[in-house]
Amino acid sequence: MNLYTFASPVTFYHLAGKLIPWFTWSAILLTVVGLYLSFFVAPTDFQQSEAYRIIFIHVPAAWMSMFIYLVMAFWGAIGLAFNTRLSFMMARALAPTGAIFTFIALWTGAWWGKPMWGAWWVWDARLTSELILLFLYVGIIALWAAIDDIKRGDRAGALLTLIGAINIPIIYFSVKWWNTLHQGASISLTKAPSMAKIMLIGMLVMAIAAWFYTIAVALVRVRGIILERERQSEWVKEILERET
Amino acid sequence: MHRFILAVLRRDLTLAARRRGDWLIAQFFFVMVASLFPLGVGPEPEMLARIGPGVLWVAATLASLLSLSRLFADDHHDGSLEHMVLSPEPTVLLVLGKSLAHWLIYCIPLLIIAPVLGIQFNLPWDAILVLEISLLLGTPILSLLGGVGAALTLGLRGGGVLLTLLILPLYVPALIFGAGAVDGVMAGTGAQAHLSLLGAFMVLSLMIAPWIAAAALRVSLE
Repeated sequence: MNLYTFASPVTFYHLAGKLIPWFTWSAILLTVVGLYLSFFVAPTDFQQSEAYRIIFIHVPAAWMSMFIYLVMAFWGAIGLAFNTRLSFMMARALAPTGAIFTFIALWTGAWWGKPMWGAWWVWDARLTSELILLFLYVGIIALWAAIDDIKRGDRAGALLTLIGAINIPIIYFSVKWWNTLHQGASISLTKAPSMAKIMLIGMLVMAIAAWFYTIAVALVRVRGIILERERQSEWVKEILERET
Repeated sequence: MHRFILAVLRRDLTLAARRRGDWLIAQFFFVMVASLFPLGVGPEPEMLARIGPGVLWVAATLASLLSLSRLFADDHHDGSLEHMVLSPEPTVLLVLGKSLAHWLIYCIPLLIIAPVLGIQFNLPWDAILVLEISLLLGTPILSLLGGVGAALTLGLRGGGVLLTLLILPLYVPALIFGAGAVDGVMAGTGAQAHLSLLGAFMVLSLMIAPWIAAAALRVSLE
């Protein structure tokens, strides 16, 4: 019994089944604690009043949107290098959650931007890169959807994820540069105001909650993918018979 | 090694020369997209000069995308692509040769037409010169990254639209540096920084994109 045992879909299916409740309940608990901290404990901001509280959702979502993409690229690279089926399944299971977090980050960013900047949208480097990240997620999901052959879809998606991962830093810096040339420094996101400790803690708790939620959802989804792909095998038939 | 690339190149150029309609369509597309903008936003010369670099770059990007879905598709259709991939020569060189041929057939003519459109958009001569340099440095990126997209979407239903969806986000840096260089000249800040970055991005694409496209091609043909 070593780590490679869990690279087989059969063992991982059962392991994931055991892990899901833990991650789900931790995510729920942390979300409750995090929301309590953000809305009742954290003080009202001196400059931004109550509206700043949206960052407790916005910042974790933005972090997760980028982090999940990197994890997808990691699984894609592992899958391509070692030819492990489970890695590709993990990448597929993560993508929808990543796209949703990207969307949430953009949406809450707009809600925060309206009272703060007086505009729903500005062509700032971070906003624009986040939008392009959403395009990349959509492209990958669309590519998977268009390819019927599982093996080809897995590999094609992994290659696209990788070239996107190489491109994201370049996109970020190009957009940042473009923005400073075009717009002048009317709005600066980078001068981070010194944050009260309790605000930071609330944000971190929410980030860990988002993390656990992602793991739980990805595991549920990967279990579904495993069942779908292994539906011809004996052990899946046994499970299905037991459960119906 | 270079003989294989030359052979691929000669073959694609011969095919293009015998089907002249194909590459002319892309050029007319470029002209038409660029001509639609003055009709849409109004003919004031100052505004046209202001949006000109961006519009011409976007139009050039779209025109090169238009032809990309057929980069491998025709050869895939008649089966010759599989033979070329199965040949002992590395697939990377095949991809490199094909991307180079795409650049020569579809992007070099864009360079020839671009000054005319630049005059239409009321760009000064030094800006047109920089536009040419930026297109010269930037369009290889379009062909190289496009090769990845074409290989990934080979033989899929709705492959053309999907290709656009996959590749356009990756073109963003080329667009920004390319149009930014022309803007820089017109704003008086100089174009050198943008052009250097564009060149760096081109070299990076040249080093990475053919390998990924070759891997994608093998995946698609399995």
